[in-house]
Formats: sequence, structure tokens, C-alpha cells
Amino acid sequence: MTTTRRHALLLGAALSVSLFATACGTSGDTGSGTAAATRSASADDLQAALNAGGSITVWAWEPTLKKVVADFQTKYPKVKVNLVNAGTGNDQYTALQNAVKAGSGLPDVAQIEYYALPQFALGKAVTDLTAFGADKLDGTFTPGPWNSVHSGSGIYGLPMDSGPMALFYNKDVFDKHKIEVPKTWEEYIAAAKKLHEADPKAYIANDVGDAGFTTSMIWQAGGKPYKVDGTKVGVDFGDAGTQKYTAAWQQLVSGKLVAPIASWSDAWYKGLGDGTIATLVIGAWMPANLETGVKAGAGKWRVAPMPQWESGGKATSENGGSSLAIPEGAANKQLAYAFLKFANVDEGVRTRVDGGAFPATTAQLNSPEFKDKKFPYFGDQQVNQVLAESASQVVSGWSYLPYQVYANSVFNDTVGKAYISGTTLQDGLKAWQDASVKYGQEQGFTMQ
Amino acid sequence: MAVFALVFLAPIAYSVYLSLFRTQLIGGTTFVGADNYVKALGDPQFWSAFGRVALFLVVQVPIMLFLALLVALAIDSGRLYGASFFRISVFLPYAVPAVVAALMWGFMYGTRFGLIGNLNDLLGVSLPDPLSSDLILASIGNIVTWEFVGYNMLILYSALRVVNPSLYEAAEMDGAGQLRIVWAIKLPALRGALLIATIFSIIGSFQLFNEPAILRDLAPNAITTYFTPNYYAYSLSFRGQQFNYSATVAIVMGVITMVIAYVVQLRGMRKGA
Repeated sequence: MTTTRRHALLLGAALSVSLFATACGTSGDTGSGTAAATRSASADDLQAALNAGGSITVWAWEPTLKKVVADFQTKYPKVKVNLVNAGTGNDQYTALQNAVKAGSGLPDVAQIEYYALPQFALGKAVTDLTAFGADKLDGTFTPGPWNSVHSGSGIYGLPMDSGPMALFYNKDVFDKHKIEVPKTWEEYIAAAKKLHEADPKAYIANDVGDAGFTTSMIWQAGGKPYKVDGTKVGVDFGDAGTQKYTAAWQQLVSGKLVAPIASWSDAWYKGLGDGTIATLVIGAWMPANLETGVKAGAGKWRVAPMPQWESGGKATSENGGSSLAIPEGAANKQLAYAFLKFANVDEGVRTRVDGGAFPATTAQLNSPEFKDKKFPYFGDQQVNQVLAESASQVVSGWSYLPYQVYANSVFNDTVGKAYISGTTLQDGLKAWQDASVKYGQEQGFTMQ
Repeated sequence: MAVFALVFLAPIAYSVYLSLFRTQLIGGTTFVGADNYVKALGDPQFWSAFGRVALFLVVQVPIMLFLALLVALAIDSGRLYGASFFRISVFLPYAVPAVVAALMWGFMYGTRFGLIGNLNDLLGVSLPDPLSSDLILASIGNIVTWEFVGYNMLILYSALRVVNPSLYEAAEMDGAGQLRIVWAIKLPALRGALLIATIFSIIGSFQLFNEPAILRDLAPNAITTYFTPNYYAYSLSFRGQQFNYSATVAIVMGVITMVIAYVVQLRGMRKGA
């Protein structure tokens, strides 16, 4: 959810391209790509496709792609790319599902968030990219995102960006009240209490119940509530990792130590700027959002490693991020994959990093130029050092549900109750689990 | 007739067709007969949504119609200074698109930076949060009332305008006071218009969607995905890909609405006769 809004905000109205572009794009194609899926495509094939030219349609809302598309067309003048913003997150998924169902109007490339990709992979709505040699890209991407685009033996997308989590904090507020930057969650809770006592208007964080945040926190704590093996699915929020999270976070919720402000709301931006929301535990894509959305916070914010469950620990998790995938039935798969590679592996990555995106490629993450970049907004801190370190410490073995999009949509119906009534987070998660299991059964999954 | 079939009957027929099937992520589409209907009739989420709009109906609609009646009578009395200005300002909210109205009220309801927040700061009080789960329905009722008082007022006012003025003169000659005139002439003349306004309002209440959909961003925990029957159908179809069940919920709700509207109409006409 978080990424959805993030992109929406970054984007504004900038990318609104009329749907006519889609129609024009697909009608102009010659059916050169359909046969490609059946055989393995080599680099030569891709080059040949690029030389032959053609046109592809890309559905994405990621703002930095605009520049990538322009560069791509300059490099390969025979290729025409129609970049269409078919909505952000859920809206686009709905449009994509409908196009898949109808079997027409499909884009050649679609942006799909990691949490939503399994759903499309399962429904055979996206192409297995191993046929194009995506399996040879091992080591190109950081483990978290790379793991996220795998489903069974297939690879269903190339990682575009990633969101290893870190602690963003307002240094002014911490200095003013002489609070140490928390290194563990225990210290974080203590800091929350101290801050709110010192200034009743200030809160350590905002939280009204956010599925993406909650699952990321459980992920870091070592919880693995979702067990997915093909169509066999298990949901269990009773594990030790989950309980570690609920026990700690319940203290903040019950103690009214988190501000009841929804993320991405006007009040949220205001709070981040005026010091009433002192920290954000969020994905590494946040800096660009702070810079553009919270001008009042310039110079005040810093980035620290994500607080740990054990003192001295080094565990983080991912929060958001998306991949580019090729819908099954896309008209020009060869060309589509060539674009994917350009945007997510080759030159395009650099372009997007310069535009403020947080890459998923190890080469960029380890390059000195990236790591040493100083951010004036963060008081010249070399923010990427912290974020890149977090990217290498993501706890492995996490998986989302093959219908996470639906599950997240009913999060506030269930866990949300813990924020407005006497229900505990643990009870709320149990209710969420029940709702997820019920949906799984209705959809024909074997629930364990 | 062809147009009628295409734009009116076809969508209904298609919904009914959809409601007889079930599409699963695993297993595809199967014909399930009336299964979806059985499920809807026993679905606690559907009935809680229905209960919510029913409560909304019995509380908000009388308040709104009473206010509309008062305003219409006041304007019609001819004793109001600046009546036409008053009429247009009461009607104006109806011209504001419902989405914009909901957004606007959403800003005002904010306890931090909204009007409520400002009042709290200014007066040093702590007003209850209109977006809390206890008050959210009342807050939505307030928005809807604001939007539709003017519209209903116009229906009632136009009915009053067609009353023959000689009746009033005759009444005055017989020594009837204003209240007496309202009671004996104006209200009976309004019966038909009131009935229409009531039926519109019943349908409107059951179709409640815009306001909760917009306010959900501000109060995600207070407004559930099954807050109203319409919103439930929307969530089912666009969040859960359960198009078949969503169509079923829509049809069940449509039938209930029709039945209630019809019963109200029958009763209203019998009284009138």
C-alpha cells in the first residue's frame, strides 16, 4: 500500500497519457513476438528484435521511467515505446486483470509490486522470463527483490526498485528533548514515551494500521506467517516472530504513543515537517518523497539503521518496491524483455538512480558514487550507505500470499480494530488470518 | 424498444447471469446455480452493511425532509426577506459534486488541521472526533443532509407554487391563521411531492457510496470494506476479484430497495386516496 501512494504522489498528473495510446500502440504491432515464448531467446535474438524495431506499450506509474523510455528510444530509434499510466497499484492491477480476462488491450510490459506479483504468476497472467535468459541474472539483484520475483521455478519479473527498511528520524526533535537515537525496539518504545511526555503534541511515529508496514515488521522479527507452496497455502500469525512484533507494538498503540494520522495524508506531511511525527520506519525509497513532499523538514532529517529486536542484531526487511513484468499474451515479448533489461539491468538503472529511485541491482548499490553521494536534505549525510547496508541484511525466507492484494484490502477491517477499540493487535491479526483463510478456500486454494 | 433493451435490460440480465457462476483463482469458472444467493442471504457482512444503511434511512431521511419542508414553507410564506437568495443558497450544495462535497467535509472534520482542530485550539475544548467509528455514520448523515436539503426543498417548493392562491385568500377570509393554512392547505397539497422525495431518499440511502468511499482514506478503521451494501459490492469486485458474488450482492440489494420503495409508494397512495 505504501508504495502505491508513494508513486501516486511522485507522479502527480505528470504521466497521464490517454488510453488511446494503448490502442495505437498495439494496433501498430506486427505479430513478431508471439512465437518467441516457446524458445529460449539469446542476446542475439534480443538485439535482432531491437534492430527490427516495432512498438511496445508499457503500463507503469514509476516516475523515473519517463526518462528511461526517452533514452531507450534514442538508442534504438526503430523502437517506439508507449508509456501509459493505467493507474497506480490496485487500479492498474484491476485494469490488467480485466485485460487478461478479455484477452485484448494488454500492455507488453506492466509494473507490478512485489507483493502483488505472486497473484499474477499464479494466474498465469505474466510470462516466465527464464525463457529469455532471466535465470542467468543471478547475483545481479539484491537477494530480497530477486527472491520476490521468483515463484516456483519461474521468474516472473525483473526487479525495478527495492525498499530495504531504515529508521528515518527528525534529528532536531531528538536533540531538543535529548533523546538518543534508538538502536533496538525496546529503546524505540522508551524514546516514544519520553518524547510524548516532553511534548504531548509530538509522537514517535504515525500509525493507523498499514498492512505493508505490519507485514514488514513481522518479516524483520523473523515471523513467517505465510507458507506458500504452489496452491497449498498456510496462514498463521501465531508464530514467535509475529508475537515479538505485537508485544512491542501493542505498547505503542495502547499507550496512545503513535499519532492517529494516516500515511500520505495532508496531516502526515505536515506532521513530518513540523516535528510532531518524529520518525518513520520505512523503505529506502523514502528520501525522494521527503525532499519533494516535506520541504519544511530540509536539514532536519537523518537516516539510521532499522531498530533491532536484539541488541547488536543485523536484521532488516523489505517494504514495498516493484518489478516490471511481461503479461502472458503480450504482442511483442522479445522487445518487451529487451526493454525490461535496459530499464532494470543496464543503462536505465543509472538514469533512475539519478532521478531518485532506490535500485535493486548490486552493481549500483555497491558503486562508490552511489554510496558516497551526500544529501543536503539530510544535512549532507551519506544516506545510501545506511540504506545499502540494510539491503544486504534482509531476512530471507519471507513470502507473501498469492492473493496478498485482497488480504491487504481487508487489513483495516480486522487489524484496524486494534487501533480504535479494545481489540489487541494479536486478536486483530487472528481475524485477518481467518479472513485470509476464508478467501483462500473460496478461491480454491488448499489451506493448511 | 431496442434501446431500452440494450441500456436497461442487458446490464441487469448480465448481472443475473454473472451471479449464477463462481470464478476461482484455482479451478476457473463453474456454474453454481443459486449458491451465491444462499451465501449472500447468510452473509453477516452484507447484513451489517444493510443494517447500517437502514439505520441511516430511518434517522437521516426524516431529519432531511423535515428541514427541507421547513425551508420550503418559509420561502413560500412570502414573509422571508431575500427569499430568492435564501433559496439559491440552500440549493447550492446540491450543485456541488458529491465527491467534492465529501472531500470538503473530510477536511473540515479533521481534528488536527481541519475545522474541528481549529475550533479545539481556539476554544481550548476537545470536541469529539467526527471520524471516529462511533460518529462516522452521523458525520456522513450530516454531509448527505447538507447536500440534499436544497434538492428536496425544491421538489416541495414547486409543489407549493401550484396551489391556487385563491385558496389562501378564502382561508384568510374565514379567519384562518398561518399555521392553520399550513396544516389544512399546504401540507395536504404536498403529500404527492413528499412521497416522491421520500422514495428518492430511500433509494439514495441504500445506494450510499461516495461519502464513505472518500472518507475511508481519512478513517480507514472506522469505515470497513463492507460499510454499505454498495461499497461492499465494490470491494468484492475490485479488491477481491469476486465479480460473481459482487453481482449477487448488487442484485439482492436492488431487489430489497425496489420492494421497500414499492411498499412506501403503495402506502403513500392509499393514504392519498
